[in-house]
Amino acid sequence: MDFFNTLLLTLRLAGVTTAILLVLGIPIAYRLAYTRSFLKPVFEALVSLPLVLPPTVIGFYLLIAFSPNSALGEWLQNNLDIRLVFTFEGLVLGSVIYSFPFMVQPLQSGFEHLPPHLAEASYTLGKSTWVTLWRVLLPNIRPALLSGIVLSFAHTVGEFGVVLMIGGNIPSVTRVASIAIYDEVEALNFAAANQYALSMVVLTFVFLVLFFRFNRRSQIDLF
Amino acid sequence: MDHSISSLNCSLELKDSQRSFHLEVDLQFYEKELLALTGPSGSGKTTILRILAGLEKRAKGRLTVQGELWQDSAKGIFLAPQQRSIGVVFQDYALFPNMSVLQNLQFALPKTENQTLIEELLEVMDLQELKKAYPRELSGGQQQRVALARALVRRPKLLLLDEPLSALDTQMREHLQVFIRLLHERYALTTLLISHHPEEIQRLADRVLVLEKGKIIDENLTPETKPEGLLLRAIWLAPQNGLIRVQLGDNELQMPQPAKVIADYLPGQEVWIRMVSAERFEVCDDEKFNR
Repeated sequence: MDFFNTLLLTLRLAGVTTAILLVLGIPIAYRLAYTRSFLKPVFEALVSLPLVLPPTVIGFYLLIAFSPNSALGEWLQNNLDIRLVFTFEGLVLGSVIYSFPFMVQPLQSGFEHLPPHLAEASYTLGKSTWVTLWRVLLPNIRPALLSGIVLSFAHTVGEFGVVLMIGGNIPSVTRVASIAIYDEVEALNFAAANQYALSMVVLTFVFLVLFFRFNRRSQIDLF
Repeated sequence: MDHSISSLNCSLELKDSQRSFHLEVDLQFYEKELLALTGPSGSGKTTILRILAGLEKRAKGRLTVQGELWQDSAKGIFLAPQQRSIGVVFQDYALFPNMSVLQNLQFALPKTENQTLIEELLEVMDLQELKKAYPRELSGGQQQRVALARALVRRPKLLLLDEPLSALDTQMREHLQVFIRLLHERYALTTLLISHHPEEIQRLADRVLVLEKGKIIDENLTPETKPEGLLLRAIWLAPQNGLIRVQLGDNELQMPQPAKVIADYLPGQEVWIRMVSAERFEVCDDEKFNR
């Protein structure tokens, strides 16, 4: 039972994180792609930071920031009754930050590679920025959209350092598959560790096969 | 205020790796005229089109189109492209790859309009059989016709064409010039054509402005440069049911004409035709037509 709970929790974390990243990533990638601001490199560096920082660094700062002993953690707990350390919500926050570049970068690249006049043509046809984004730009960056979704999902499934730091190892609450593997190996339970590891290999493989299939079809459809 | 005249008076600093000068333009255009803007690459032609379309926000100045104020920097007035009655055909056509020909046109259709205009445009532009095709399945000339049709779906006051035929070969260019002139007359448009093909301008434009380094250096209004009709090379086809027929590119044009004319040509022979109006053309003898 613990095995399935852990796998379900892992998939739930990856699903929720990917959904949040999609909502946040689209407008941010759109802005980054089309802005002419001299601050663009600064924002791009901020988005890319989780790519190069060790996950434990991100986890450490999140732990410090949201621990009930910190000013922010205490304020959240006392005023909004929100506790982020060692909870599923905390795991989601950590995962969103950690996987942020994996959603934003493919989307930004997708927008930047669209023919330059596509958005302008839509505006001259009387369409708003929102309609243009929804009906013209996003359908034409489907491969980039799929890349962002798959990379964010897969990256969240595989993360370890951040979730361990902010979530710990509480069964059915914060114990995801990567933590469970580490835990079982530490207890010399190689059979159990293998069960988790093999399940993850199969799951991610199936996921990637589906991605490449849809991605190929999207490219054929559009160009 | 004379509503038949539109005017643009604007200035903009154009500075990039290729050029550095001040664009300063004061131009008027008249209702239903086809005004051509020509000049060397980088002289600011496309920038003027973008200012008219509302796609270039940095320009300072004033723009009125047929009595409506679209921009007045001094008063902080700037209408977004969505609020301007314009149709734009970009150099790369900018058709939406995820939509079919029909969907590209339907996307442009205001909610209050019905489909009649789309059906008419498909008919006029000879796109009926291509309406389910996607842009990637069309030739350059066909994409251009779709782009033209799409630009007209909103019934614009101003049609802006940014070197619309530059990517096409000579034969296709001549063929599409017919469509541009037909549309301009049929829908009583005010059209700005950017082009650097003198022969194209000669055939299409009512008036020509020459731009160099951001300034209009020449305006040509002489009657000699104003074509009495569009002259094109076509292939004579055997007459049918009392109608003379010519092949122009992919299209067959038909019209009643006196028997004498018919006797002068053989099927397959190349002839000059003069497009007098959207629905009418006449066949010209080579001798009569002194280019």
